Amino acid sequence: MFAYILRRLGALIVILFGSSFLLYNLSAISTDPLADLRLSDAQNRDYLIQALTRELRLDLPPPLRYFIWLRGVLGVFVGNPNFGLTREQQPVVEAIVDAIPTTIRLVAVATIVAIVLGIALGITSALRQYSRFDYGMTFFAFLLFSLPIFWVAVLLKQYLAIDFNDFLVTAKISPPWIIGLSALTGFFWATIISGSRRRVLLIFSGVFIANSVFLSLVSATEWLSYPRLGPIAISIFSVGVAFGVTYLSVGLSDRNAVKSNLFMALIGTILYFPAQGLLDSNRPRVGILILLVALLISAVAVSFIFARIDRGPIIRTSIITSMLIGALILVDQMMQAWRPYVESDDVNYRPVATIGQSTIWLSDVSFWVRVLDFAMHLVLPTLALTLISFAGYVRFSRGTLLDVLNQDYIRTARAKGLTERTVIMRHAFRNTMIPLTTIMVADVAGIVGGAIITERVFAWQGMGTLFNKAINSFDLNLLMGVILFLSTLAILANLIADLLYSALDPRIRVGAGK
Amino acid sequence: MAKRKESVEILKEANENAIFNKETEGLSQGQIVLRRFIRHRAAMISVVVLFALITVVYTALDWRIGNEKDPFIIPGWWKYGFEDMPELRYGADCVDGSIGCPTIDVVPILDGDGISLGEHPFGQDDIGRDYLALVMRGAQRSLLVMFIIGAIAATLGTVIGSIAGYFRGWVDAILMRIVDFIITVPVIIIGAVIGFHFGNKGAAFLALLLGLFSWTGLSRLVRGEFLTLREREFVDASRVAGASNRRIIFKHILPNAVGVIIVSVTLLMSGAILLETALSYLGFGVTSPDVSLGLLISNYQDAFTTRPWLFWYPGIFIISIALCINFIGDGLRDAFDPRQRRRLSRKERANARTMQNRNELS
Repeated sequence: MFAYILRRLGALIVILFGSSFLLYNLSAISTDPLADLRLSDAQNRDYLIQALTRELRLDLPPPLRYFIWLRGVLGVFVGNPNFGLTREQQPVVEAIVDAIPTTIRLVAVATIVAIVLGIALGITSALRQYSRFDYGMTFFAFLLFSLPIFWVAVLLKQYLAIDFNDFLVTAKISPPWIIGLSALTGFFWATIISGSRRRVLLIFSGVFIANSVFLSLVSATEWLSYPRLGPIAISIFSVGVAFGVTYLSVGLSDRNAVKSNLFMALIGTILYFPAQGLLDSNRPRVGILILLVALLISAVAVSFIFARIDRGPIIRTSIITSMLIGALILVDQMMQAWRPYVESDDVNYRPVATIGQSTIWLSDVSFWVRVLDFAMHLVLPTLALTLISFAGYVRFSRGTLLDVLNQDYIRTARAKGLTERTVIMRHAFRNTMIPLTTIMVADVAGIVGGAIITERVFAWQGMGTLFNKAINSFDLNLLMGVILFLSTLAILANLIADLLYSALDPRIRVGAGK
Repeated sequence: MAKRKESVEILKEANENAIFNKETEGLSQGQIVLRRFIRHRAAMISVVVLFALITVVYTALDWRIGNEKDPFIIPGWWKYGFEDMPELRYGADCVDGSIGCPTIDVVPILDGDGISLGEHPFGQDDIGRDYLALVMRGAQRSLLVMFIIGAIAATLGTVIGSIAGYFRGWVDAILMRIVDFIITVPVIIIGAVIGFHFGNKGAAFLALLLGLFSWTGLSRLVRGEFLTLREREFVDASRVAGASNRRIIFKHILPNAVGVIIVSVTLLMSGAILLETALSYLGFGVTSPDVSLGLLISNYQDAFTTRPWLFWYPGIFIISIALCINFIGDGLRDAFDPRQRRRLSRKERANARTMQNRNELS
C-alpha cells in the first residue's frame, strides 16, 4: 500500500513536469508581452522594451525559460521554493494563498448542497423508475446539463436578487403565488409517493392545503421580514428531525432508537436557552464549539441510557440528530441578526447580494451579522453552481442504484424477509455510495476549474480572477502557478479517489499484483 | 408473501424475455440498435429538432463563396446579413419605447393580428444590426465548433485508444502518460490559454486546437474496451486465420466498441458547445467582429433588465442545441446497452400476463 502511494506520487511529479512543460511553452510561444510596448509611442519605448525583455528573460527561447522557472519550483524539495513574482512584483505563492480561501468558500457549500440534493433526488428517481417523477427528473437533469452557467447566473441575479429584494420590502405573498407554490409542492410530493389515483389526489390536496395555510401564516405574520425560529419551532423541527433520521437509519420499529432520538430533541430544545447567551457573548466561536460539544456528549450519553444492546447504530443516529439540531440553533442565531443586517446602511433592505464576496464597509461588525453577510453573498453563486453540478449526481446516483438493485445480493436480502427500508438503506444505498464517493472526490478539481466562470459572473476575487488576470497580462509566472496548483489538486484528488475506493470496497485492492 | 412476490417477478421476467427475444429474432445487431433508438421518443424528437435547427440556421444567411471582391452568393432566407446595419428602430416604432425592440409575434389572432416575423423578429443590437442574423451567425459558429471538436476528438481518441489498448506494453505506457499530461489540467484552463492566443484566427482554427485537447477521456474509454475485447475468442480466431493487426483492429474489435465511442462522442459534443460559449463569454473564444452565442450573451447580459430579448434568444439556441444532443446521447446509450430494457407498453404487459397465467395453469 505504502509503496503504491509512493509510486503514484512519483508518477505525479513526472506528470506535473510534462503538463507544465507543455502549457508553459504553449503560452510562451503564443504570447507577446511586448506587443503593447511596440505599438506605444512613448519616448523611452526602446528602453522599456529592453527592461521588460531583461526582466522576463525574453531573450531566451521558451524551453530554456521553462527550465529557469522549473529550477525555482524544484526548490520545494530543498525547502526553498521560488515560484517567481507576478508582474506586480508580488510573490506568486502569496497571491495564490490569498485567493484560495475565497474559491474554497465558493465551491465547498455548492458541492455539499449539490451532493446531498443530487443523491437524494437521484435515489428517489431510481426507486420510482419509469414513473412521472422519474421522467420529470430526467428531463430536468438534462436541461441543467445544457445550461451555460453564466446564463443561469444572469437569470438568478434578476429574479432571485433584484425581484426578491423588492418583494422582501413588504414580504406579503399574494394569493396567486400562494396557490401556485402550494400546487407545485403538492404535485411534487404526489408524483414521488404515487400509487392509486385516490391516494395521489389525497396526497396532493393534503400537501396543497398544508402548504397554503403555512404560506398564508408566513405572509400574515411578516415572518420573512422578521425571521425567527424560537424555541417552539425548534422543538417541533427537532422532533421531526428525530423521527426522520431514525426512520432512514434504523427504522421506527427500533423503540430504543426512537426514544433516544426523541430525548435528544428534548435536550436540544432545552440547550437552546443557555445557547443564546453563549452565542451572543464576545467569543461566539467558542460558544459554537461548546454548544456542539455539549450536544455530542449528550447524544452519546442518551443513547447509552436508552440502548442496552446494539448500541452502535443508535449512537450514530443520535449524533446525527444532535448535529442537525445544533445546525437549527445556529440558523436561528443567524436569523436574529437579520434585522440589524437588513437595516444597516450598506445593505439598505437589499439583502440578497448580486456581486462580490462580502460587504466591505459593513458598519455593524458583530460576528453574526458578518456571518449572515457572507451567507447572503453566497446565495446566488452557490445556487448557480449547485444547479449545474447537481444534475450529474442525480443521473449518476440513479444509474448506480438501478445497477445495484439488479444484483443478486439484493434479491437475497429481499428473499430472507428484510424490510424494504433495510434493503434500500443498508444493502443498496451503501453499495451505491462506493462509486459515488470516487466520483465526488475526482470532481473536486473540475469544480474548482468551473469556478472560474462563476467568479467572473459574480465578481469574486478567487483563483479564477487570478487566472483571468494572469492570462490577460501575459503573466507567465502567475499563470503557471495557478495551473500547477489546479493540476496538483486534480492528481491528488484522483489518488485519494483510488485509495478511498479500495478502502470502501474490499473486492478492490490497490497496488496488488505487482 | 415476499417469496410469492419474488417467484411471480421471476416468471414475469421470463415472459418479458420471451417477448424481447421474439422481437429481435433474425435481426442484425445494427438493426436492433436502430429499432431501439427509434423507439426512444425523446431522442427521436431531438433528432428531428436538431436537424430542423441546423437547416434553419445554415440557410438563414447568404453564403459567400469565392474571392472577396466578386463572390458567388447563395442567398439565404433572411434578408439581412450579420454585418448589415439597417436603420435602428426606436421611439414610435417600438410600443414600449425601447431601442431595437423585437417584432416577432407568436400569439395567433388574439392580439388582433396573426403570427408574423416583422422587420426585426429578434430586435436589433446597439448599432442596428439585425439580431436574428446575429443569432443565426452565432449558432452557425457554435455548431461548427461543436462538430469540429467532435470529429477531431472522435478520430484521435479512437485511434489512440485502440492502439494503446491493442498493443499494450510500452506503446500503451507512452500514450497513456500523454493522456495524463493533458487530463490533469481542467479543460476550461487549456481552452482559455488556447482561445486567448488563437481566438483571433477564427472559430474553425480555435475548434481545431480545442479538438486536439479534448480526446483524452474518449481514448481512455476506448482503450478499456480494447483491453477486454482483445482477449476474446473471435480475436484469437482471426489472428490464427492470419489477419493483420490493422484488420483485427478495424474489422473485428472496433465494431464491437462502437457503442461506447458514439455515446461518449455525443456527450463530448454537448460539452464542446458549452465550452465554446463559456470561452467566448470569458473573452477567450470567438472574438469580434465574428459572432458566437456566448459572445452575444456576454455582450448583452447587462441589458437584461431593459432589453431582455438580447439575452434570451442566444441562450435559447444554446440550450436547445445542447439539450437535443444530450437526449440523442441518452437514446444512443439505451440503444447500445444490451442490458437496457424498454418499458413494455400496456398491451404487451397484458400479453405477458396471459402468458404467465397459462404457465401457471399448466
